[in-house]
Amino acid sequence: MIDYSKVLSQTVVNTPKSGIRKFFDLMNTMSDVVGLTVGEPDFQTPWHIREAGIESLEKGRTYYTANAGLMELRSEINNYMSRRFGVSYEPEKEVIVTVGGSEAIDIAFRSVIEPGDEIIVPTPSFVCYAPLAKMSGAVPVILETKLEDNFKINPEALKAAITSKTKMLVLPYPNNPTGAIMTKGELEEIAAILRGTNILVLSDEIYAELTYTGTHCSIASLEGMKERTIIASGFSKAYAMTGWRLGYICAPAPLAEQMLKIHQYGIMSSPTTSQFAAVEALKNGDDDIKMMRDEYNRRRRYIYNGLKSIGIESFEPEGAFYIFPRISDFGLSGEEFCNKLLYDYKCAIVPGSAFGEAGNNFARISYAYSIKHITQALERIEAFVKSL
Amino acid sequence: MKNKILKLLEGDARLTDKQLAIMLGVDEAEIRKEIDSLEKSGTILGYKTIVDWEKTERESVTAMIEVKLTPQRDRGFDRVAEKIYNYPEVQAVYLMSGAYDLSVLIEGKTMKEVAYFVSQKLSTIDSVTSTATHFVLHKYKDKGILYDAPEADERGTFN
Repeated sequence: MIDYSKVLSQTVVNTPKSGIRKFFDLMNTMSDVVGLTVGEPDFQTPWHIREAGIESLEKGRTYYTANAGLMELRSEINNYMSRRFGVSYEPEKEVIVTVGGSEAIDIAFRSVIEPGDEIIVPTPSFVCYAPLAKMSGAVPVILETKLEDNFKINPEALKAAITSKTKMLVLPYPNNPTGAIMTKGELEEIAAILRGTNILVLSDEIYAELTYTGTHCSIASLEGMKERTIIASGFSKAYAMTGWRLGYICAPAPLAEQMLKIHQYGIMSSPTTSQFAAVEALKNGDDDIKMMRDEYNRRRRYIYNGLKSIGIESFEPEGAFYIFPRISDFGLSGEEFCNKLLYDYKCAIVPGSAFGEAGNNFARISYAYSIKHITQALERIEAFVKSL
Repeated sequence: MKNKILKLLEGDARLTDKQLAIMLGVDEAEIRKEIDSLEKSGTILGYKTIVDWEKTERESVTAMIEVKLTPQRDRGFDRVAEKIYNYPEVQAVYLMSGAYDLSVLIEGKTMKEVAYFVSQKLSTIDSVTSTATHFVLHKYKDKGILYDAPEADERGTFN
């Protein structure tokens, strides 16, 4: 009989399963749970965007596109980046349409990593960076961000984390799970450290449109930074298009050229229907973004104040759609708190530990839910907190 | 600020002053002041519940009636409109451009009741020259709300 322990990649075997997934599976075994767990919009994709996808199917556009994606889509991505963030990319050579932001991150790592290279991963952050870094042969170097720093990257801590092997810094802002953002001034301090080095930046800007206290600034727009920055972004969060699985990379041509090979051999081209829908999103979707952002912003204020009024102080999020309260104030770890809350009060939130050890004392609460749903969840959290 | 409050209340009339204040980032007192003035000026006309009567035992039919009129000297259509909207079974009266003049939305217990209203009350008004009654067979969406069972939140439930 075959011995699977001998055939499997040890790198993969030693990669833990996503902590969010684990919690979801647990939650789905119970009934009547009010959850604030998911990391995707509760809006449906705006109808005109869905229609564009449907129309492409009706017209029989069921073929592959160019490996890098439809030229029209790449042009629109460039137009969008220019008008929103003041940074432009050549559609022919510097834009690749990917299967979600996740593929974008994956091929960014794999195109530059030599075994043993280090990738600096700030945490708490989305679950994929360290596992993907490892699978690409890199050593993830965890850079813990702190509540005292509003979960931003501390320049001194970054300097201390840089070694001769540092290949890349992941810049995950606006941040899932903390809701932190980095302003132009704060990014400038990071840029000052990196200019004149050979260190690249992977700027994960998937939540860029969900910034509530100003406009998102891309580090690529700072002087001398575009040449070392790979932007990974996508349609999931801004346009409520998670299931369409569509993202993109914007990067200098010498980097994009290599990433395209991995995408070409591994994926061929991103889903065609989704690409046609995405063209419509970029052309006519600015109002949709604004409508959804305004709604999330109302919920953000609502949940921040709601938690405060039941005695849970948290860092006030400025981006994405999560709030990240410190739970250790109640004498429980994030995980204990979330388990008790789920079993005894049927309310689900995600333990902060799912986003790295730096999140152990915290929990992630998503506010991508209706006010009514949030109110219901807050009532359960209040009852639980009162019982402690 | 007024428009923001109106937009939120239009979506959910039961939001409290406190909830509105938090969502819009202003004082509760300011919200109260604005709503009072909106009510006083007649901008906010009321707060009602949207009911799908099909889900109850209660019999009910809705009809939209196109009404053609001869306008009255000096008063146009206003006097006739008033005569019509004062019937309690009339839910809405709109003055229309195009092929007919008034659109009358009426709700009754049975088709017979609606027919009686049209033949005995509406058609007998002097300036009414003709009517065309259209019965509503099913409401899919009304006042921005879907009538058929709202879809459950399926996010995160696919295994």
